[in-house]
Amino acid sequence: MNDVLIKFILSAGTLLIVFGIAGLLTWVERKQSALMQDRIGANRATIFGFKAMGLFHIFADVLKMLSKEEFIPEGANKFLFNLAPYLSITFALVGFAAIPIGGELVLNGHAIQLQAANLNIALIYIFAMMSMGIYGVVLAGFSSNNNYAFLGGIRGAAQMISYEITMAAAITGVIMVFNTLDLQMLDRAQGAYMFGGWIPKWGVFVQPLSFLLFLTAAAAETKRIPFDLPEGESEIIGYFVEYSGMKFGMFFMADLVETVLVAALMTTLFLGGWQVPYLHPDGFYFPWGGHMALSNLPVVILGVLSFFIKVSFFIWTLMAVRWTFPRFRYDQLMNLGWKILLPASLVNIAITAVVIIFLR
Amino acid sequence: MGNMTEKRRLELEKYFDPKGSFASLRMAQMKRAWKQSNRRELNWLENTYIPTLMEGLWLTSKHFFYNLTFHVFHLFGLYKEIPAAVTYQYPEKPRPLALRLRTRHRLTKREDGSVRCVACMMCETICPARCIEITAAEHPDPNIEKYPFEFNIDLGKCVYCGFCVEACPEDAIRMDTNKLDIAEYTRQNMIYNKKRLMEG
Ligand code: SF4
Ligand code: SF4
Repeated sequence: MNDVLIKFILSAGTLLIVFGIAGLLTWVERKQSALMQDRIGANRATIFGFKAMGLFHIFADVLKMLSKEEFIPEGANKFLFNLAPYLSITFALVGFAAIPIGGELVLNGHAIQLQAANLNIALIYIFAMMSMGIYGVVLAGFSSNNNYAFLGGIRGAAQMISYEITMAAAITGVIMVFNTLDLQMLDRAQGAYMFGGWIPKWGVFVQPLSFLLFLTAAAAETKRIPFDLPEGESEIIGYFVEYSGMKFGMFFMADLVETVLVAALMTTLFLGGWQVPYLHPDGFYFPWGGHMALSNLPVVILGVLSFFIKVSFFIWTLMAVRWTFPRFRYDQLMNLGWKILLPASLVNIAITAVVIIFLR
Repeated sequence: MGNMTEKRRLELEKYFDPKGSFASLRMAQMKRAWKQSNRRELNWLENTYIPTLMEGLWLTSKHFFYNLTFHVFHLFGLYKEIPAAVTYQYPEKPRPLALRLRTRHRLTKREDGSVRCVACMMCETICPARCIEITAAEHPDPNIEKYPFEFNIDLGKCVYCGFCVEACPEDAIRMDTNKLDIAEYTRQNMIYNKKRLMEG
């Protein structure tokens, strides 16, 4: 009973946090792009004269989406048309279940892993869910009885399948180094240190090439500029061209949730997840010889904090990329995916294998 | 490749007389042609686009952090004079206008507050949009002769050429109110009468 309750609280908490971050991202996106382009950004929505730096635009957006007409085009497959946005957002959200947001919290003698679902194949599970997310895109394009939407759906399917292969191949290197698919174990393994204890054994330090490849492929997976070919605002508007109201809002949210998911995944795989440099389960051990004892609770809180700081950093990077680069052409996209990223990730696997055997 | 561009340069120089007319223009053209024919292949690193991508990210991030820093300073009331954005928050803070900018018209007044215009019809005649409509009446002062009984400008038609101001012999009409945001719900309201024009 207790276990069920704990799991319930954990998953509800994760869901709330993710929704909160994704909602906040609409604001972050506006403000960050504004700052990058020397503008002020959205600041007109007020409540009783308070602007709160434009934060109320989030509520204004939701109100707008909810009050719009839900339009279903003639000749559309109603069932699939209504199903698609739910698929999109659901599969983006369930991926978070396997992401550890913190270490081991000891409560009344209970050891609780701060992870909604403690899977030993977490990584494969997340990848499976991300692949399922393609169905949302494909079905939306297929069911709306619109050529542009159809084109967007096809593009989306082709792009996401090609980049998924690269993604999986890129993290194979990380899996080989840490020898596990369990993300909690993977985070724990990244708590080791290299070079006399100065540099933590994070994925980004042991697998830099894999990190770059994964960053690129993951950016493509979020379907945002420079990889927004399924959407392509200026050419085909994309797979959700026929959607309006909150169903469009769901696709919009799914993109942002995926951005958070990708950022969280990169944090977990490459930046040690909830690891804080030099923080061990019983306090700080500095490489220059200092020691600062800490009990379990502050250590866990620090870990969760560090996880979210790293996630914010990756979200910031993804946003900066989105607002800096122009969109790829379709053939460039496929060239990049199949001719550069995939071979590079295969080479990375080979090199990693050789190095591991040598170090044995 | 180097040989070919050298040949092209010599060819161009044949047509180029450094003392002739349009010398500087020709020079610019030549330089452009030289540059185009001198385009080189990208090397391996440049072909990955990574250096240029990084450069782009660096540029936008620089702007981001610069502006963020000053926004934070502004929150604490510091360095208010250094702006963190190049935009103006329009209705509250209009953009500074040039002194000679032609804005909405006004009719100037004499010392006693009456209208300065003598209804000479010069502005009505020269107006290319034919949007000025004056009805003259006799002025009680025989030295002034006439005054406008009615003076209407249809701002819905006006093209803001400023000819009326140039034509006026009495300095009676000016375009210096600095008002640009003229909007009305009906076309009729766009016609400004003497009273509205004299109010400034
Ligand atoms: S500015 Fe030009 S168009 Fe407008 S009233 Fe004067 S003369 Fe006519
Ligand atoms: S030109 Fe000047 S004086 Fe003559 S009618 Fe126009 S405003 Fe009046």
